[in-house]
Amino acid sequence: MELVQNLKTSSLKKLHLGDWGYAFAWLAACFFVLERFGSGMNGFSKGILLFATIGFIGLGWFWKPFRLMVVITAGLSLFAIHEYHGQIASADQVFWLKYFLGSQTAIMWMSFLFVLATCIYWVALLGRSEFSGKLASTLTWCAVVMGLVGMATRWYVSYLLGPNIGHIPLSNLYEVFILFSFMTALFYLYYEDRYLSYEMGAFVLLVISAAIGFLLWYTFDRHANGIEPLVPALQSYWMKIHVPANFVGYGSFSLSAMVGVAYLLKSKGILSDRLPDLALMEDVMYKSIAIGFLFFTIATILGALWAAQAWGGYWSWDPKETWALIVWLNYAAWLHMRLIKGVRGPVLAWWSIGGLMVTTFAFLGVNMFLSGLHSYGKL
Amino acid sequence: MTTRSPPSIRNAIHEVLSSMRFAISLLVVLAIASIIGTVLKQNEPYPNYLFEFGTYWFGVFRLLGLFDVYHSIWFLVILLFLVLSTSLCIVRHSPSMLREMHSFRERTTLSSLRQFRFRREYVTVLEPVQVSSLLCLTLADFGYKCRTQSRKSGQFVAAKRGSLNRLGYIFTHMAIIIICLGGLIDGNIPLKLQQFFGIKHIETRNMPESQVPEASRLGPNNLSFRGDVSIPEGSSADVVFLNVGKGYLVQDLPFVVSVKKFIIKYYSTGQPRLFASDLVVRDKQTGKSKAVRLEVNHPLDMDGVDIYQSSFGDGGSHLHFQVWPLSGTSVQPAALKGIVKQHDPIVIRGHPYTVEFDNFRSFNVEDLSQGVKPPSGGFMQDMRQALSLTGANNKDLKNVGPSVEFKLRDAQGQAHEYLNYMLPIKLGGHLYLLSGMRTNPGAGYQYIRFPLDDEGSIKAFMLLRAHLDDPSAALHIGLQFAKKSLAGTSEQQAMVPKLAQISASVLALFRQGGYDALAGFISKDVPKNEQVNAAKTYLKVLQGTALEALDESLPAGVTIKDKMAFVEDSLNAMNDRFLYGPPVYLQLDNYRLVMATGLQMTRAPGKFFVYFGSLCLVLGIFAMFYIRERRVFIYAGSDGKVLFSMSATRQTFDAQSEFENLAAKLGDVLIEKGR
Ligand code: HEM
Repeated sequence: MELVQNLKTSSLKKLHLGDWGYAFAWLAACFFVLERFGSGMNGFSKGILLFATIGFIGLGWFWKPFRLMVVITAGLSLFAIHEYHGQIASADQVFWLKYFLGSQTAIMWMSFLFVLATCIYWVALLGRSEFSGKLASTLTWCAVVMGLVGMATRWYVSYLLGPNIGHIPLSNLYEVFILFSFMTALFYLYYEDRYLSYEMGAFVLLVISAAIGFLLWYTFDRHANGIEPLVPALQSYWMKIHVPANFVGYGSFSLSAMVGVAYLLKSKGILSDRLPDLALMEDVMYKSIAIGFLFFTIATILGALWAAQAWGGYWSWDPKETWALIVWLNYAAWLHMRLIKGVRGPVLAWWSIGGLMVTTFAFLGVNMFLSGLHSYGKL
Repeated sequence: MTTRSPPSIRNAIHEVLSSMRFAISLLVVLAIASIIGTVLKQNEPYPNYLFEFGTYWFGVFRLLGLFDVYHSIWFLVILLFLVLSTSLCIVRHSPSMLREMHSFRERTTLSSLRQFRFRREYVTVLEPVQVSSLLCLTLADFGYKCRTQSRKSGQFVAAKRGSLNRLGYIFTHMAIIIICLGGLIDGNIPLKLQQFFGIKHIETRNMPESQVPEASRLGPNNLSFRGDVSIPEGSSADVVFLNVGKGYLVQDLPFVVSVKKFIIKYYSTGQPRLFASDLVVRDKQTGKSKAVRLEVNHPLDMDGVDIYQSSFGDGGSHLHFQVWPLSGTSVQPAALKGIVKQHDPIVIRGHPYTVEFDNFRSFNVEDLSQGVKPPSGGFMQDMRQALSLTGANNKDLKNVGPSVEFKLRDAQGQAHEYLNYMLPIKLGGHLYLLSGMRTNPGAGYQYIRFPLDDEGSIKAFMLLRAHLDDPSAALHIGLQFAKKSLAGTSEQQAMVPKLAQISASVLALFRQGGYDALAGFISKDVPKNEQVNAAKTYLKVLQGTALEALDESLPAGVTIKDKMAFVEDSLNAMNDRFLYGPPVYLQLDNYRLVMATGLQMTRAPGKFFVYFGSLCLVLGIFAMFYIRERRVFIYAGSDGKVLFSMSATRQTFDAQSEFENLAAKLGDVLIEKGR
């Protein structure tokens, strides 16, 4: 990744005290976990922990604002977990949990903040207001933090439900929609920070708000927010890496499609004096598809490895698998068009919007309309 | 990059096959072809398709191979083209890519450097040689490799980094080929060929495995296969069945799998937590055996054959029933024994039937979260209604005990299908035995509810039913009922014979056709404006009479708390029996569970190719996107002018900023050292 390049070109010399402090905190936390819970972890868990630690240190070094978010999230999560005092009922009794940090409450806050941020991004775009842009950006950061805290507490709470029930909250549609929301937001925040442009937020946050809409419907209409124990097919380590990798892909693809919308508007002369340069948006589109494609490839391969273990074959042409392949082929074609044919402009923007349709179908439509082996989140 | 040779057909074909447009078209076609297979359910039994699409479209779809898209010839051909196109592309580009990777482009001329988009000029007092060595050091800091050249009027430096980017292309495309090859090895082409040449024959008949002829069997050395077998507890198997088209093949295994036990464990919430099988696997050649526990997500590797826990079912549980007559005056249940998946003859009221035990479940988890409402009306209920099973979430799952599904088939082949629960279920405060019935396999079950006494026995109901069904008892019961109802004045007492008469005829109607018969009588023989009142009266009479009958039939010592409710439920059940099929109720009263575990076994040597290819793919994609090739050229002239130019494969934003960054740094170095 650019990360590697950055580290190589600038070498470690460029790191400041804060970076070392951040890394040290991660290592300390990792060490603490190994020390305290190591006996209950197997090699695989330890591997993931180590890998995650290194990954998060790297991310923080590469993109500085990330460090602050991690620190705040960790602080709030630990505080919330402490406040639970090992009792699920605390969520309704303890003030902080009831109104801010309880897993369900935090997720509601995340939802609210995302929708609010979307509105303010639009205010910023239409009113050309730098201040509103900054405000919206801050709100988005807060939403991400709340989402992460919600996930962390949910993870913790699942262990309070009963013996053997606890598991990482990546096991059903409800949980992955939260994942999708804050992942996409984080990607966006990165580009925003990098290109110093708030304008695309108005578009990217729309897709997040749509996800939030779904999440709320799913919560209130379907009561899907309960924590369910894992059925045997989902009791696998692969789930813990396959699912997040997939959502890096989905998030990036959605982001690029929404930037594609902005691109098309601008090239048609709509909002053209407010939106960033076409070249800039094109660059964001490409970058986010590239990273999405890499992770989606990895996710699909991990899926195949998991399938080989759970279903007896790395590839069964199960609808979800097949649609993952379709998504993959679609973006492979996109990348060929851009990198080799040198195609630029609206065609690619349209294509990436089409890509979002395909991706959405692979993500949701398959669960809704097609039946298969995936025991994951039937609607 | 391509050199155009004189046009010939061969060249033209080659040109097309390795062209980008062709590659992109292939990707898109493959995507669309894949969609078909997800929209149309694959590998269903043919009759299902026939039913769904009609004969004409069924024929067309079958011809196009749409029922098994991913194994059809045309799909394979697309994949082959994909491999071909990618291979040609590699062959065509790799040499120049590798050359490029190593080349520093040292022949670049000064004038072409002046054409670069990214370029900057400096002036320095340093000597060209100093400049070149100084800047090379700086460039090395940024990860560049340098070559220096003395030219006529100065020093020329060519530097590059990120050359591995080019390998990315080769890795990615090689990966596609390797993965497809792996897939082909594990695919069914060898089988298709053997079938095509008539060496192997697909078996469609239902027969014991040992009788399957040699032409439908595959030897244990078969390179790759994927099949299933279901083995009851206490039994063993040394074959799996491969589903092919509309039939199957038998694959012999190099080992014997014996199943000791199948295990399910549940969470406290009722969802399944563990599916596992205790197996003993014995190698046929060495005779060595080992005991293992097989779980979902934890397959067992046995001599290159992977064994998976893939399903479970009943392996022939032993069932024991009480067969209660639902008509006539007899109350004696007959005992019946059965084994799941077997058929037995049974005689019901003189007619021959076959009872087919289809399925038995020892554990039924149902959602009872919404509280249990008594079914309205009293007619047969859908299970969801009967138990208020709403929604998929907010679960309050309860184990409602064992259930059995079976069919009663008459001599003409018509069948009624039943779903009977063994344990009483509490609805609205009262206990019932539930039995679902349907005649159409696709439909939901309609439930009949047999009320139970305080002890949870069905006997009280059966006695009451027999009593009410006994025509010779009717007058007597009617009289008792009338006497009790009209116990007051002498005037009332004079009415007794009349009421007794009414009671007996109401009962007779009900016995013959349930509520419908009553309703039919009323609408025929009672004036329109009195019908509603008449219906109410008749119902009251019926219930009162039945209450009387209950008092008479209830054996000593048996209690019923709410007799009125019991009577209403009993009448409802008696009414429902007219829709229930043959007049018997098979009460499941005992069983011995025998589970069968469903194992999938695969041999897939292609997977190593696939995994290796996947690794190449990831590395390749990474290299292609995230290792950026940069070339830098510096010309330090003896006139003190230094020209720095940079090229990037992809002129993105990063290239711009990287250039700025590097140019500034080089400038700084020159100024600092030149002081
Ligand atoms: C899925 C199967 C794929 C097929 C059938 C395929 C096919 C091709 C073909 C035929 C070419 C050559 C075009 C020409 O000769 O002008 C090509 C070029 C290329 N492909 Fe692919 N490709 C596939 C996957 C990928 C993937 C996944 C990537 C990575 C994103 C990729 C990246 C490239 C690149 C960078 C080139 C250009 C090489 C160059 O000329 O510099 N390909 N591909």
